[in-house]
Amino acid sequence: MTSATSQPFLEFRDVGQVFHTRRGPFEALRDINLQVHQGEFLCVIGHSGCGKSTLLNMVSGFLQPSSGSVNLQGTPIERPGPDRMVVFQNYSLLPWLTVWQNVEMAVQAARPELDASSRRDVVAHHLEMVGLIEANSKRPGQLSGGMRQRVAIARALAVSPAVLVLDEPFGALDAITKEELQEELLAIWREQKPTVLMITHDIDEALFLADRIVMMTNGPSATIGEILAVPFERPRRYEAIQDDPRYGQLRNHALDFLYRRYAHDVD
Amino acid sequence: MATPTGLITVDAVSQAFPLDDGGRYVALDRIDLDIAEGEFVSLIGHSGCGKSTLLNLLAGLSQASEGGILVNGRQVTDPGPDRMVVFQNYSLLPWLTVRDNIALAVDTVYPQLSAAERQDTVERNIQLVNLSAATHKFPAELSGGMKQRVAIARALAIRPKLLLLDEPFGALDALTRGNLQQQLMQICQESGLTAVMVTHDVDEALLLSDRVVCLSNGPAARIGRIVDVPLPRPRDRLEVMNHSDYYHLRAELIHFLQEQRRLKQQAAAHR
Repeated sequence: MTSATSQPFLEFRDVGQVFHTRRGPFEALRDINLQVHQGEFLCVIGHSGCGKSTLLNMVSGFLQPSSGSVNLQGTPIERPGPDRMVVFQNYSLLPWLTVWQNVEMAVQAARPELDASSRRDVVAHHLEMVGLIEANSKRPGQLSGGMRQRVAIARALAVSPAVLVLDEPFGALDAITKEELQEELLAIWREQKPTVLMITHDIDEALFLADRIVMMTNGPSATIGEILAVPFERPRRYEAIQDDPRYGQLRNHALDFLYRRYAHDVD
Repeated sequence: MATPTGLITVDAVSQAFPLDDGGRYVALDRIDLDIAEGEFVSLIGHSGCGKSTLLNLLAGLSQASEGGILVNGRQVTDPGPDRMVVFQNYSLLPWLTVRDNIALAVDTVYPQLSAAERQDTVERNIQLVNLSAATHKFPAELSGGMKQRVAIARALAIRPKLLLLDEPFGALDALTRGNLQQQLMQICQESGLTAVMVTHDVDEALLLSDRVVCLSNGPAARIGRIVDVPLPRPRDRLEVMNHSDYYHLRAELIHFLQEQRRLKQQAAAHR
């Protein structure tokens, strides 16, 4: 067995993804090589159709690479599992269960070794972290979009995953709720330190959250165009980093990549 | 009252709405604002801060509870073709083509012009927003960005004194938005048009505006701060961010919005 120090925690090695369509093969991704450290927060940014979701679906195990491999601690990822939890933009809660039951069900399924009282503590702790302990007996239909996404985040983290995959989780939320959730997500990440892979369209969000920003070229045959390291010390405050002279430089660099070097034609 | 100096004077305007329980909700509280001819002013603030209420008052779609608005020295009492509004949802007539949507507005406002002159006005404005190829299409056949270009062409074809824009690009993706911002900016600059735009996008506000008016949270929203944008024109949306002042100005607007956000959260916690 390889030692933990010599192998990356999560690794994409020469990954390509080709879909077979009626009009022939469609190469979504090619030559993806990326090493992610344990506990790292990574944001993936790029235009629609650049294969961001395809990339994350291979980490989640929903999809197998056509070539190359995606390895977690040296082992190829072959199927979904509770060590890699996904949060989608549309929340994906079970509408007939309460907030409490939605989270509890996930914990029960993924951590059957916990006895009833430990399970209760885990559910309560995670609902408290997202400020929803008072709403624990409500059903998703009684909650706002921001509250539903908090439940989805609490559910994902209550399972204590090694990897948290977030597919544009805040894309449907208003600006204020979005910033609140970004702050809560960072607070939870600091506590549990899962490795995070998050898709976003929002450069400011990526600069606030990420250690590194993976910028994708346009599809088809998309690949990693550039990786931007985000040097702001943690814990970060949204307003403080706005005043950092590096903020504008990094933001302009990312904007230049997306809107000049890899601009997408629209009408 | 203040001496009117600009094209538009908003003088001590308050707006209140009656509530079901017999009380009243004060949306805007004593707003004073002068806007010069040819100026581009943005209104920013969080949801519920009365940005759109103020825009509707300028349009004459509603009347202030107190105070008044002058455009070119005349009080605004109702909507008129000297003040055209572009809404986020385009507001095109779905059964008319691009050309006919614009022609309807021109024919209604300028019945005294000859048919040839009106047709010429319609064609010129379609060209202005680069939609000549789509002249005979119906709104349902157009993308969101193209629909908004029709709405802008329709507004401009009336040659208004004041163009009012209510989050015009809010429903568009980032790329389409950027292209349209650039086009709108060129049109405003070339025609010397005065414009007031509601937005919550700080980059959009900085790119387009001469001044950004920051409204505090409602109820009883007031002007919290006015930020001058001295970035040189003509501006390019990708170049403007490289200007040495850009991120200072941006941080100023973000600080204001963050401060209002904290106040909003405190108010919610006390409720």
